[in-house]
Amino acid sequence: MLNPVIDEDGAPFWEFTARGELRVQGCADCGELRFPPRPCCPHCQSFATEWRLMSGRGRIWSYVLPHPPLLPDYAEQAPYNAVLVELADAPRIRLAGNVVAAPDARLDSVDPARLRIGAAVRIAFTEIDGLAVPRWLLERG
Amino acid sequence: MLKDATAIVGIGQTPFAKQLPETEKALACRAILAALDDAGIAPSEVDAFASYTMEETDEVEVAKAIGAGDVTFFSKVGYGGGGSCATVGHLAAAVATGQASVGVAWRSRKRGSGPRPWKNTAVQLPTPGQWTRPYGLLRPADEIGMLARRYMHEYGATRDHLFNVALACRNRANQNPDAIMYERPLTREMYMTSRWISEPLCLFDNCLETDGALACVIVSAERARDCRRKPVYIHSAAQGLPAQHHGMVNYWNDDPLSGPAWTAARHLWKNADFGPQDVDVAQIYDAFTPLVPLSLEGYGFCGRGEGAAFTEGGALELGGRLPLNTGGGGLSEAYVHGFNLINEGVKQLRGTSTAQVPGAATCLVTAGEGVPTSAVLLRA
Ligand SMILES: [Zn+2]
Repeated sequence: MLNPVIDEDGAPFWEFTARGELRVQGCADCGELRFPPRPCCPHCQSFATEWRLMSGRGRIWSYVLPHPPLLPDYAEQAPYNAVLVELADAPRIRLAGNVVAAPDARLDSVDPARLRIGAAVRIAFTEIDGLAVPRWLLERG
Repeated sequence: MLKDATAIVGIGQTPFAKQLPETEKALACRAILAALDDAGIAPSEVDAFASYTMEETDEVEVAKAIGAGDVTFFSKVGYGGGGSCATVGHLAAAVATGQASVGVAWRSRKRGSGPRPWKNTAVQLPTPGQWTRPYGLLRPADEIGMLARRYMHEYGATRDHLFNVALACRNRANQNPDAIMYERPLTREMYMTSRWISEPLCLFDNCLETDGALACVIVSAERARDCRRKPVYIHSAAQGLPAQHHGMVNYWNDDPLSGPAWTAARHLWKNADFGPQDVDVAQIYDAFTPLVPLSLEGYGFCGRGEGAAFTEGGALELGGRLPLNTGGGGLSEAYVHGFNLINEGVKQLRGTSTAQVPGAATCLVTAGEGVPTSAVLLRA
């Protein structure tokens, strides 16, 4: 599996997931949230940042079901789902992820027929190579 | 002013195939020399080059191999197929402003027999791919499939609409002996029963994987009048990087479904003497079928959300409202990062296409949508 590549801008995101928190970068001056993380605020140009706690709830904005050819670790689980989740607290921030039956379950552990645009999901975390990686559980499990 | 100040006077291409024996460098040289021969211009007169950042053969190699003279302008445009039309736009600007006099744009690629870029995970993972690829959005088909499903959900677009795009391209390829799919008709049943690549996109929603190269030659309008071929004027050119755009994974702004086409289009039409309703034939970047309805909306052929419906009733076929990708496009002629769309636009305005639109005098050519893009308006 591909692990997230952690750069300086994004490192705090992973420090917070390790604590079981979903936090999104925001501007400490004007308050605007932004994603992906970047050095300064596109609204007011401030370099002062804070990481705002999200509820971890959201809705499926869209999804795909990739089939081979894929990288081997993914092909082995295909077809699996990859979703974009619009966050309840910040609908214009849409996190990529996977809807799974349990935090540590395979990427194909949920029947694709149960996926719908608009379906409510909540975050969970699974540990992959020492990183707490977000996964998504259907609210109507 | 760029308008009609320059013209494309030569086009060249190699054969297209799943696998060609020659190197990308050799193919690049063949396409460029063919384009110069078509123009009737000696290689020693070339003083400008433009290509894509993804082009493996650089100007130094090309210039010394073809026997170019002193080169005074060279440019590479980024973002994969989003750069195709910008290579022409950059050379038009260079020639119009006196930085050079004979420009060559080209693309050579062994995508048919060479590696798939998405398999190189070291290159693909940096921002913003680090936020998407670990979750299995590995390929452009997955990234665009995400937008496609949302588009279908919001506007009632169906797989039949995407089929309309695939079919129009295939029908034109069936008229083009140089097209990979020349002898391979497509039926609705084949489309509907084909294997998935990334649901909702099936095999026929995806472009070909092709070895091949193409080039074109750009000179001033004044010089063009003395060339061997009828000039095809570069009427307007634009690039597009919208505010808060994120590349192929454009998932984090207000409206992911209005992509760079909208930005390029605003600039393109602002500097043109005609509008979308006056376009006789369009060559719209078709790495994936849903890019066509999205581009039809972006370039103003219909309203927001109407792109899928626009494809109904044979609108994209010869004799339809907007004949599309008349050489077969990336879906059915060859996928060479959209350069074949540029050359096909030139063929239409010369009157030499294998699927000629009678009296075609204006053509829109677009580059990859969903990434920072570019477009040109050509006129006879
Ligand atoms: Zn701010």
